[in-house]
Amino acid sequence: MSLYDELGGEASIDAAVGIFYRRVLSDAYIKRFFEGIDMEKQAGKQKAFLTMVFGGPNNYTGMDMRVGHKHLVEKMGLNDTHFEHVLAHLRSTLAELGVGSDKIQEIINIADSVRDDVLNR
Amino acid sequence: MPMITFDGHDYDCHQGETILESLTRHGVLVPSACGQGVCQTCLTKAVKGKPPVESQKGLKDTLAAQGYFLTCICKPEEDMELAIADVSKGSVGITVIEKQMLNESVMRLRFQCDEKIEYFAGQFVNLKHPDTDLVRSYSLASLPEDASLELHVKRVPDGQMSGFLHETLQVGGRLSLDGPAGDCFYTERDLDQSLLMVGVGTGLAPLYGIVRDALQHGHRGDIHLFHASLAKQGLYYVDALNALAKQHENVHYIPCVLHGDVPEGGQQGDIQQLVQAAVPQLAGWRIYVCGDPEIVNGLKQTCFMAGASMSDIYTDPFV
Repeated sequence: MSLYDELGGEASIDAAVGIFYRRVLSDAYIKRFFEGIDMEKQAGKQKAFLTMVFGGPNNYTGMDMRVGHKHLVEKMGLNDTHFEHVLAHLRSTLAELGVGSDKIQEIINIADSVRDDVLNR
Repeated sequence: MPMITFDGHDYDCHQGETILESLTRHGVLVPSACGQGVCQTCLTKAVKGKPPVESQKGLKDTLAAQGYFLTCICKPEEDMELAIADVSKGSVGITVIEKQMLNESVMRLRFQCDEKIEYFAGQFVNLKHPDTDLVRSYSLASLPEDASLELHVKRVPDGQMSGFLHETLQVGGRLSLDGPAGDCFYTERDLDQSLLMVGVGTGLAPLYGIVRDALQHGHRGDIHLFHASLAKQGLYYVDALNALAKQHENVHYIPCVLHGDVPEGGQQGDIQQLVQAAVPQLAGWRIYVCGDPEIVNGLKQTCFMAGASMSDIYTDPFV
């Protein structure tokens, strides 16, 4: 059984997106990357991403991640440190949802696997 | 086998095939990403035919009410006609029946339509200049059952459309509109939910429709309506809204100004901070924010951070 099903499917992803997105926007170090963007579209993308890392139905290819972050890497200097902040927020989101530490590490590893796509390497 | 009409062409859709798969098979490329009905990149509107309920999962209720759905999970049950962008429903001729200044720069215009248009209170229409190709969007302040349409038009310095509407156009004058459009309106899904409404300047127009529409539906939860303006002279409908608040004990009207004299029962200061101070916790609330795009987007984030769910925040940024 995937964590996606274990957590309760789509409803759990909605809850996770709310917590995760609020954490990211409260982080002064990375919030500038989220300024002036369409919050609904962003929440949709986060939902698709979290569905993927939770092992739910997805169609992840990495292309969207590359295209979506390219200008942030080139124009705003998005780098590993910023990426790690986001991972940390994902970690605390999962903890807040009551996910066990082994599972959290498993999910973080999956999330970390998109690092090169996000940073366009 | 349902037929899908898109951009003037018909495409057949096989049994069990999604609309996205059918269009792709026919070589028609439309935006899509996750393929699982999650990311909403493939959001599309059905202008004819009813999308299956499953194809609207996760959509904001106001989008579903207008026939929006996700092509990547839509297995059509009947013939459908699609529009990627919000297509014009064709123009309707209108006649001016009233011009009335509401304060020193905002005019109320009332129009009679040649044919009745269907809309949700709070949606907007696009007015077309009769002699040029100028088009501007204005929110409806009226209710669908009203005999006329009501718009609030602020006179903008050097504004071509507002200049025409304020100065040139006379009662009895003719022009046309298309629409309605927009997803900032009331839906009857929880009559006890607390509602926060914030209108900046003529952002009051859609809210004036939405608040009365909510009350007509029998909304019982508290409704906090903030109207923000630079100064007292920019407020309008103060008496009407005070009367509404007096008539319905769940309605709270708070006129707000950035500078100068504060009207009775009102507040002074930056609207984002005033809202934050008045309602610091918004978990479970439904929010409507209309007007200046910068303030609307700022408040959208403020409300989300204060606990409101994204699917409960409705905005109409006047761009």
